[in-house]
Amino acid sequence: MPGVVVYDKRMLVPHSGRRMVISALRWASIGAGVRVDLLLNRIMQLFIATEGNSEMKKNDHLDLYHQMVLIRRVEERAAELYQQGKIGGFLHLYIGQEAVSTGLVAARQPQDRMITAYRDHGVAINVGIPAEQVMAELLGKATGISKGKGGSMHMADVEKNFWGGHAIVGAHLPIAAGMALGDQYAGNDGVTICMFGDGATNIGFFHEGVNLSKVWDLPVLWVCENNQYGMGTTIDRASAVSEIRQKAEGYGIPNERVDGMNVMEVREATLKALEFIRSGKGPYFMEIMTYRYRGHSMGDPERYRDSGEVKKWQESDPIGIYRAYLTKEKIAKEKELDAIDESVEGEIQTAVQFAESSPEPAPEELFTNVYAE
Amino acid sequence: MREAISQAIWEEMERDERVFIMGEEVGVWGGTYAVTKGFYDHFGSKRVRDTPIAEAAIVGGGIGAAMVGMRPIAELMTINFAFVAMDHIVNQAAKMRYMFGGQMSVPLVIRAVGGGGRQLGATHSQTPDVIFAHFPGLKVVAPGTPYDAKGLLKSAIRSDDPVMFIEHSTLYQTRGEVPEDEYTVPIGKSKIQRPGKDVTIVTYSKMLDISTKAADQLAKEGIEAEIVDLRSLRPLDMDPVLESFRKTNRAVIVEEGWRSYGVGSEISSRIYEEAFDYVDAPIKRVAQTEVPLPYNQALEQSALPQVEDVVKAVKEVL
Repeated sequence: MPGVVVYDKRMLVPHSGRRMVISALRWASIGAGVRVDLLLNRIMQLFIATEGNSEMKKNDHLDLYHQMVLIRRVEERAAELYQQGKIGGFLHLYIGQEAVSTGLVAARQPQDRMITAYRDHGVAINVGIPAEQVMAELLGKATGISKGKGGSMHMADVEKNFWGGHAIVGAHLPIAAGMALGDQYAGNDGVTICMFGDGATNIGFFHEGVNLSKVWDLPVLWVCENNQYGMGTTIDRASAVSEIRQKAEGYGIPNERVDGMNVMEVREATLKALEFIRSGKGPYFMEIMTYRYRGHSMGDPERYRDSGEVKKWQESDPIGIYRAYLTKEKIAKEKELDAIDESVEGEIQTAVQFAESSPEPAPEELFTNVYAE
Repeated sequence: MREAISQAIWEEMERDERVFIMGEEVGVWGGTYAVTKGFYDHFGSKRVRDTPIAEAAIVGGGIGAAMVGMRPIAELMTINFAFVAMDHIVNQAAKMRYMFGGQMSVPLVIRAVGGGGRQLGATHSQTPDVIFAHFPGLKVVAPGTPYDAKGLLKSAIRSDDPVMFIEHSTLYQTRGEVPEDEYTVPIGKSKIQRPGKDVTIVTYSKMLDISTKAADQLAKEGIEAEIVDLRSLRPLDMDPVLESFRKTNRAVIVEEGWRSYGVGSEISSRIYEEAFDYVDAPIKRVAQTEVPLPYNQALEQSALPQVEDVVKAVKEVL
């Protein structure tokens, strides 16, 4: 089993201080070229071999619970701010799907890269982007994680190995394959974890990216978040097969279906998948069954489903399931979890205040970052 | 020019381990235009990568590898196939840096062969260079001489920005001097390729050759044409164009692509905007007839700009 990495609210804090130093060196080495990176990689592998297990301590659990609650409250607050006209453009909420990104990120190592589609606030929180910077980006402020230039759909934090937030359906799949190619080429042992919706599996990019990953045995974990709707079109009306993992089967990629409402199951499945990929066996495909409670975006009239269906799914709410697990297993007490819920309220308030009081991007920011030189 | 391009890639791959090339038939086959002949045997399958016929995977894969620190060259067998990778070129590569507030770089070179005149029919004969030059975030380079091809390609490979490097299929056979010593040519710099005082011809790529032949003919009649080679369409360097125009007061713009919304439209607009007081005659555009290119040789040639078209246009502005 690969080592477990625990994240605090703000940044990656691996169990091993040694590894964090190496990780920093690795980043510093990217500019210096491949050879240095190869060397560091070898050293890093030695450390990984001597540590790591999949056991979670109490604090690890509380941290995951905190992340999930934080995502939900960020999203609920974002919806309000959108309705007040403070957030522009499109806003796609992650409510209902929190266990997916939380379980994935909980299982990754610092060298594993995250990349996702436009419903990206969950991953942003999970990798440790402060809620302040997420909110500020939603409000288009200079202090946003993408300096107010990306908005809801384009959040990234390269230092935390989160490569975005991509808004053209399916387009980031070939890019994810390319990132994995870069790691394979450089001899790194990182895996690229690429998330996308069920709707993305009907576009050509999916097939080109997934095929390439198998042809070259690239270290990619393909993660289909099957929330059963591509915008307002049900999966059976848009996809020739409703069981998405069959598409991976068609490319000879090992695959499985995972319950996306249960964060522990997502984490366990991801740990196994990452171990498989890291052992050099090529890509792996997870179809994670989930459900979004809110519309596709804020402008969704939701004529395609009745409220009964949403209510039924809410009975297996990912936060509720995890909460029940933590208390039943006597990992945490109700009041401890209540305290976390309460602390999140404060965090949200701080985040919104920070975002609202942050400056607009300077006018000259219009012209920066078009080119490197 | 084929050899100059080949040398540039070879030397950069020797210089920097992060540089590799991927595309259809670049490896075992040696490149459908033989640019990478011998590469596979020398550099091996890791660095000379045959891909599926899947342009979105070629360009998208190149983008991803570039984002994480490699310096890939993604080869599109022809520029006509760039359209199936259009999203990755204009929506991903071109915007990645800006959209995430400068966090990401895409040091990718997309090499593509374009141009008409080889009886390949309408879908395989296009010169759509301006389409790519339309997008901020991309650099678009299209050399007209072997010297520039080698120097510009080296700059492209070393650039931290995505570069669309457009080669012309009928220029591979052209000869020209290429120094043995290491050199680069900067991207975004136009160049006066031939001095003259009577008229300014602005052109690039294959049309540099056509324009030079036209200038030779005109010289016999005592007309001295100055030729400005754009070399890069984005960033566009207007300085040598305006400098020349302020001297000659007359201009003809020669491009292989279609006239509407083309290079000629852009350059003439800028001259009118920035040097209107120097205009002595309406600026002329020589470009491709606005039809899909036919297979028949005579018909195809009649649609492409010829030496006599340039000569005629120059005489009209004098």
